[in-house]
Formats: sequence, C-alpha cells, structure tokens
Amino acid sequence: MRIAVLSGKGGTGKTTVSASLAASLESCQYIDCDVEEPNGYIFLKPELYQNISVKVLVPEIDVMKCNGCGKCSKVCQFNAIAVVKRKVLVFPEICHHCGACTIACPNDAIHEIEREIGIVEMNGDETFLHGKLNIGEPISIPIIQELKRHIKKDMPVILDCSPGASCTVVCSIEGCDYCILVTEPTPFGFHDLKIAVQLVRKMEIPFGVVVNKASDASKIIHEFCKNENIEILMEIPFSREIASAYSQGILPTHSSMEWKEKFRELYKKLERGAAK
Amino acid sequence: MKQVVFISGKGGTGKSTLVSSLSILVKEKVLADCDVDAPNLHILLKGETLKKEDYFGAKEASIDNCSCVKCGVCRDTCRFGAISEDIKIIPMKCEGCGACVLVCPQGAIHLEEVKTGETYVSATNRGTFSHALLDIGAEGSGKLVTEVRKNIYNYKKDEKWVLIDGSPGIGCVVIASITGTDAVVAVAEPTKSGLSDLERVLGVARHFQIPGFVCINKYDLNQEVASQIEDFCKKNNFPVIGKIPFDPSIVKALQEFKTPVEVGNSSVTDRIKSLWARLEEEMEKLDEKK
Repeated sequence: MRIAVLSGKGGTGKTTVSASLAASLESCQYIDCDVEEPNGYIFLKPELYQNISVKVLVPEIDVMKCNGCGKCSKVCQFNAIAVVKRKVLVFPEICHHCGACTIACPNDAIHEIEREIGIVEMNGDETFLHGKLNIGEPISIPIIQELKRHIKKDMPVILDCSPGASCTVVCSIEGCDYCILVTEPTPFGFHDLKIAVQLVRKMEIPFGVVVNKASDASKIIHEFCKNENIEILMEIPFSREIASAYSQGILPTHSSMEWKEKFRELYKKLERGAAK
Repeated sequence: MKQVVFISGKGGTGKSTLVSSLSILVKEKVLADCDVDAPNLHILLKGETLKKEDYFGAKEASIDNCSCVKCGVCRDTCRFGAISEDIKIIPMKCEGCGACVLVCPQGAIHLEEVKTGETYVSATNRGTFSHALLDIGAEGSGKLVTEVRKNIYNYKKDEKWVLIDGSPGIGCVVIASITGTDAVVAVAEPTKSGLSDLERVLGVARHFQIPGFVCINKYDLNQEVASQIEDFCKKNNFPVIGKIPFDPSIVKALQEFKTPVEVGNSSVTDRIKSLWARLEEEMEKLDEKK
C-alpha cells in the first residue's frame, strides 16, 4: 500500500506523522518527496550509502551547424532559449527538458546534454530514500520521479510530500492508495486543508485527516470534517513537550509505546480506508 | 520603494504571523503574498477587492479528434507521459511544451492557453495588498508570483516599503519571490530541521546575491539549536535581527483571526517592533555601502 502524507502547507506536522508512522511499522519504505527541504532523515537517522545523481537533458547548440534561424527559441514555451543577433543563448535552469527545440531545429544543430539538478540518497536496503534539489535550481519534479522509480511493491510505502498543492505534490501523490492530510486547527491550517481536500478529491484518492496541535479551544477542523463527511484519523495534542522533543529530532513514537500503538492503529484505519 | 521578502525554507515557522504583525506596525507600505500555493495573509487582512483577474499561466495541448489518426507519434515524443494509450491528453501531466504539436503528421494538435489561477489587488486598512491563488494542482506558480509582484507596482509607487510574504521551499516560487528584492528575512525555528532548512534557503539568497537577515521564532523552545543557528548566522554573515519566544497565546490569537499585536501581547509586539527597527538600521547600512 502506498500512503502519501500531505498538508497544503508546511509546518503542520507532515514529517511528524509520516516519520512516526514509519517508525511504528514492522517494515516499510519511507520516501521523503520534499526535495526542497527534506527533513525525514533527521528523525529516522538512516545510514545513507547510495547516492544517485539526477540529471536532466538540456539543449546544446552546435555553432557550426546553427544558422541562427530562431526556430528553437520560437517553439520553446519556457523562454529557455533566446536568439540575439543570430547567436543562440540557452538558459538551462528554466529549461523543462521537453526536447521541442531539438525537434524544431531544421539544421540538426541541437543535441541534448546531461545536467545534474540534484541527488537521490538511500540506505542499503532502500527502505529510506530522499532527494535533494541543488541550490538555485527551480525544477524539482525529475527528482521526485527518480525517487518514485525505487518504490517497493512488497511492503507499505510512506511518501512524505512537499507543502502546497501544486505540481510537485500532484507528482508525489499520483498512484498512491491513500492520502493523509495533516492539518492544525488555526484559520491558516483550515484554509490550506480545504485546498488539499480539493486536490485529493480531484485526483480521486481516498483520504482522511490527522489534526496536529489539537486543542479544545478550536474545533473548526472537526466541524468541517463532519459536514464534508471526512474521517478524522487521529489527533495529536498541542504540547510544548512534543514540540520540544521534535526540535531535538525526537518523534513522539521514540519516547512512548503508547504513541507507537496509536500509529499502528492509524495504519489499520488507512488500510480500511484504502479498501473502501 | 524597498522590497523585503520574508522566507522560511519551510512553512509553519511563523512567516505570515510576523508579516501580518508588521502590516500593523510598519507605516508607508504595500503588501504582497507570494505564497500562491497556500496563501494565508488575506485571511488576516480582510479588504475590498480592487481588481480580480483570471491568470493564464500555462498552455495545454489539445487534440482535434476529427483529424487525429491515432498514429501515436505524439505519445512516443511526449517526455511527461501526458498522452494516454488511446491518444488523449492527460491535463495534469501536460507541461504545455508543444513537442507533440511539432511532431504530429496530421497537424491535429495545438496549444491552448489555460487558466491556472487568479490574481487579486485589494484595498485594506493596512495598505494595498496584492495576492493570488493558484488553481489546484496547476503549473507555473513561479510565473504567478512574478505577476503578484508586478501588480503591486501597477497600483502604488510612492510608499517606502513593500512587505512580501514569501513561500516555503527553495524552488521556483521562492526564486521568483526573491529575485530583485532588497533583502530577505528568513524566519527560522530552533529545531534540527529548522536549521537544515535555514541553511538551504539562505544558500538561495546568497546565490542570487540578496542580503539575508534572520529571525528566530519560538527561540526558547530549544536553546541549544537556537545558539547553533546564531553561530551559523554569525559565521556566514547573516545578522540575527530578532528573536521571538514560544508563546501558546499566539496560536490562540490566530484561532481568533488576530495577530499578537491586535490581542495586545506586549512582549511579543515589542520584539517585533525591535526586529523592524533593527532591519531599518541594517538597510540604511547597506545603502551607505552602495
């Protein structure tokens, strides 16, 4: 079973939930898809042995063959190629690696070369993986795709997604059996949860909600979930102790059997939810 | 006009809370929310919409079924897996690159502009405010951020400050939020992950040569990591301009849609005031150097 953990926004406890779940199960694969700011390793402390360079194809111009006709820059939808005074300039950072320029060139003057945009690191048995986008690079999707190529079929897989509801999250949750939406009972959390709900509904993936930093003071999430017929899977209380332990890289499941048990219960609920 | 962007590496560190507090304390400013994925500032800054526009930030391939002979060349060419076995476009995967248009022997494919979000300019009692909302799962958030920043200049030109609430991460939206600005303020939490995120996001600021400052939020949650952050900042020449304590009453205030300033939390308000004073000082120093 593939489970994605998302939240609409960072800081709501996605990593707390996904890493705790990973730490509670007998065997599972944890994949940190937040390649801009991966944090799971801080809590799960894997020994990372393998390192794969993630490369994309970007155009290179053969000046001998190029006559500066400008067709390549005209077809490029991302403004990654400009032709100035019949000289071709390539901006590899904004290239989407689609290859349209090579198709468009009438003189066969463009070929593609590999360029590294980040890396994927993993432990020995590939039960922990994360990706790291190089600083200054805007496009992270190829790294997420590389991560997903290593998904195991014989154990539960937990994908810790990046914040938001844009293309990186779409790429991460695609093909998952269940989504956990982590939220907090503040106006911000509530607003972002509604966006995340729209996304998973659009993609038709079964889902449930985990309320982090829960307190009796605010029940806005509960009211919303009740009206929308969404299952609240679990509540994690607003607590200085949990926040303080987290700051040291310690998960609730590290210090208490009770929390471990709660996360195992959570997993059972996910199995039931995905089967529906 | 000086543009200051508040970034954080990660969401949830208190960026919007800080920016909305500053929106009360700082005079002569306009505001922008560049977190187009999950904008939150408008929740605290209710105002009257001056302008709302649909934003067409991407293209999508469209196949004309009458002329398509299902030869499959487009499917084999597409690098994003956006054309299905039965030769239909899968909108969520289509990048709008147009490679399929180029290879189709029947001329059956063309690109269409698609709406990817909405932009808003609002008049609020704290100043003109520009923000946007990206459609669910849409592409091109970086371009939308650029649009949000452009909109500010179409409306107001004479204020002293542009306060920009940035977006989380280090990728395209953040790059679009910070390029060409005068300073970034990174809001960090004293957690191990917070430190890791801070190092990465300040790396982006340095890459684009933008002066970086740091605010440590909830600094008393973990004094040890807080001082690690201070050491890191000192070593790398990113001044720590503010430290805000962990205070459950801030969360309580937010639950009532209020900033710490509005509920009269004087200790937090004073800290935010002195952060801003320090930033003004630092910005003057930068001007002198120029």
